Amino acid sequence: MPAVSLQHISKTYNKGTVKAVNSVSFDVNKGELFGLIGPDGAGKTTIFRILTTVLLPDQGEATVEGLDVVKDFKTIRRKVGYMPGKFSLYQDLTVSENLTFFATIFKTSIKENYDLIKDIYDQIKPFSDRPAGKLSGGMKQKLALCCALIHKPDVLFLDEPTTGVDAVSRKEFWEMLQRLKQQGISILVSTPYMDEASLCDRIALIQNGNILSVDTPQNIISNFPAPLYAAKAKNFYQLLKDFRSDPAVESCYAFGEYLHLTFKDAGNCDQLMQQLRDKYQPAEFEYKKTVPTIEDSFIRLMQQTIP
Amino acid sequence: MSNKAIICQDLTKQFGAFKAVDHISFEVEQGEIFGFLGANGAGKTTAMRMLCGLSFPTSGKATVAGFDVYHQQEKIKANIGYMSQKFSLYENLTVTENIEFYGGVYGLSRTEIKKRGGDMIDMLGLSQSAKKLVGELPLGWKQKLSFSVAIFHRPKIVFLDEPTGGVDPLTRRQFWDLIYSAAADGITVFVTTHYMDEAEYCNRISIMVDGRVEALDTPTQLKHSFQAQTMDEVFYQLARRAQRTAD
Amino acid sequence: MKQLLAFIRKEFHHVFRDKRTLLILFGLPVVQILLFGFALSSEVKNIGIAVLDNAQDNNSRQLTDRLQTNSYFLVKPAIHSYPEIEERFKKGEIKCALVFPADFSADMERSGKAQVQVIADASDPNTATIAVNYISGMVNSYLQQTRPAPHLNYQILPQLRLLYNEEQNGSLNFVPGVIALIFMIVCTALTSVSVVREKEMGTMEVLLVSPFSPIMVLVAKAIPYLVLSIINFILIILLSVYLLDVQVRGNFLLLFGESVLFIITCLALGLLISNLTNSQQTAMLISMMGMMLPTLLFTGFLFPIENMPIPLQVISRIVPSRYYYIIIKAVMLKGLDFSYIWKETLVLACMSVGLLGIALAKFKTRLS
Repeated sequence: MPAVSLQHISKTYNKGTVKAVNSVSFDVNKGELFGLIGPDGAGKTTIFRILTTVLLPDQGEATVEGLDVVKDFKTIRRKVGYMPGKFSLYQDLTVSENLTFFATIFKTSIKENYDLIKDIYDQIKPFSDRPAGKLSGGMKQKLALCCALIHKPDVLFLDEPTTGVDAVSRKEFWEMLQRLKQQGISILVSTPYMDEASLCDRIALIQNGNILSVDTPQNIISNFPAPLYAAKAKNFYQLLKDFRSDPAVESCYAFGEYLHLTFKDAGNCDQLMQQLRDKYQPAEFEYKKTVPTIEDSFIRLMQQTIP
Repeated sequence: MSNKAIICQDLTKQFGAFKAVDHISFEVEQGEIFGFLGANGAGKTTAMRMLCGLSFPTSGKATVAGFDVYHQQEKIKANIGYMSQKFSLYENLTVTENIEFYGGVYGLSRTEIKKRGGDMIDMLGLSQSAKKLVGELPLGWKQKLSFSVAIFHRPKIVFLDEPTGGVDPLTRRQFWDLIYSAAADGITVFVTTHYMDEAEYCNRISIMVDGRVEALDTPTQLKHSFQAQTMDEVFYQLARRAQRTAD
Repeated sequence: MKQLLAFIRKEFHHVFRDKRTLLILFGLPVVQILLFGFALSSEVKNIGIAVLDNAQDNNSRQLTDRLQTNSYFLVKPAIHSYPEIEERFKKGEIKCALVFPADFSADMERSGKAQVQVIADASDPNTATIAVNYISGMVNSYLQQTRPAPHLNYQILPQLRLLYNEEQNGSLNFVPGVIALIFMIVCTALTSVSVVREKEMGTMEVLLVSPFSPIMVLVAKAIPYLVLSIINFILIILLSVYLLDVQVRGNFLLLFGESVLFIITCLALGLLISNLTNSQQTAMLISMMGMMLPTLLFTGFLFPIENMPIPLQVISRIVPSRYYYIIIKAVMLKGLDFSYIWKETLVLACMSVGLLGIALAKFKTRLS
């Protein structure tokens, strides 16, 4: 039995005019760290709300720990930990007051599950008398995670925990998730940042309420169908315009300092690349064959679904 | 006057004993895309406020678009554009009404607004939606429109605050296309962000730690000198040294 | 039970850490009581008056002296000619003038009938009438005291006796009304906002995904405000008794019990509003503005309900403060016991139960 299972879940808003989630299906296995990767407005939060039983799906079925999200919502609410996308603690209560409150609401105490949160709590302990609203973004996330963990949930739902958090805190946060996974907790986490995908066991790419792909990050990358090249030149924008308009090029887009491109004819790419160089003769030109990232895969999958 | 868009020399902002911005010095070329990075609380926002003419420095020198940050704040404001991550157009006005409003704020004539506005709508491919309320547009469109409005009065410099956080990768590319095109037209682009993947699109990057600029170079050079694979690692190495706890 | 206590403790933290809530909770009632009690009193005091004494004799002077000692009047410098009267009126210096004719005393001695002229500014009819009545009363009593001559024609002087408020203390009318108004607005606004704030902050989402039951959320939200409102009630009563001289004539425990019932009605209304709205602004607008006007209009302390058109009278029946106003007047001012107010009490009790029931039924265990 998977920890979480969705079958053809659909949800619309505003009397059916806005389609938030469109027939979404995927499973999260027990003890897995599963990532739901997609931009803002892709439907991630709607999926989280349906799974945490605070929103009813229009169609489809979903279970959490084998329990139906509609019928068994009361039991599910005892078994899951949930960290909504928006910081959802009491800003005017101190760190320790928040933690004590949530522990009591879940009929437990900080002591009872201290070993589970110890790692994280130790980092915010120096601020335990500070109002939660006065913490930095990273600290807030740690506190929210503590509160979501305090009752030792079987499944943890984290909706965009790293949004608005700086790189150092993000890294620490993901390290914490790895440790929690080792404690046997199944985790479903969402993020709009493609570079966080590789930190998950498996991921689902989601866009406009549709699942583009579900697989391990490695498989998604190795399924990239064409050789991918990276190139740059002194006049980057000119290079981008030239390559994009060239008939031999299939796709060409900026990717950091480089642009990434694929060719329509995947057979003799190296030769095509040299032809491009000779044709446009860009100054300070360099190119290399490169390994696709999740972001490249995402763009490709998006282009395939958008007519 | 030089052709530098921004010149900072020992720019400092002090709140009591606390140095929010501590003697920062750098120069930004005209038409450059300059990334201004730092963790929360490193002093990015404070520095940017001074450069936008919204607050006075405690000491040091700085000129923006050739104007002095102490005495010519009004001139600075007339020569810069600003777009924040929080979408800054009026949702209950149409695309055209928003353009007319911002054009009016910057003192453009009616005919100018009409002509440039029309060009802009065509370029963005929004002709079908010109009469639509901005609130009804998809997020990606809003962001592109928002940027175009920010450079509508042809400023010398445009300040962007985390412009592409959370948008899908395809829209993000389209957005950067707009930025590249603006830079090619000679507009200097000043991007503040704490997302490294966004930073890599910039020509040069400065990284602030504890109120100081601790690194300034092209993304490639930075990765090389920090012996890092990604900008994330560069940032991590620098930010780990931070003493200041963000709040 | 432990959960509930933790929740209630949290609510108290919210209240005591938020200066605005505290201000609305305790500042507003005190200000309103003082405002209505002192400044907006319906009594007329210190009416500006000046005397044109053409008689300049013993009687006229004695009457003028009496005016001076009367707290209803503020006697301004004397007037010396008839045209001066209008001038002084125009300056707004006086609201009233008293003219003694030259042969005032002579007439009185001769026929026992003398005339005085009272001129009043009728642009303020209320004050004018009161001033004229005061002066005629004063002249009459002067006549009776100085010449208790029964040989004159029999005079029938009506003796008015005002029950329950013999001193014509204006605060008496207002205090019960203000108490009703305060509870109606403060209790409703604060409870509704406190629930909606959880929705706005996103904490409601976390609470929903917890074993905490909806009834508990409502109870836990209501209890702190019940306690604070009771403290508020005691504060208002103390202010009324010691500052405004409004005594509690009836049984204090009965008054207390009825007030707690009314507070519960208001809290229930607040909880209902909070369940139907999603932003603090809307909740505040409904409970402050939406409650203020009906309460002012239909409670009965500003405008008598009996004089209203029938449709408005019908509407007034659904305003809880109307019943509480009847109860508090009966117990506080008239000193009546429960047998006189059981009907109103029953209505309030039914309203509380009904409102709480709807609030509970409307409480969403899910979002939207």
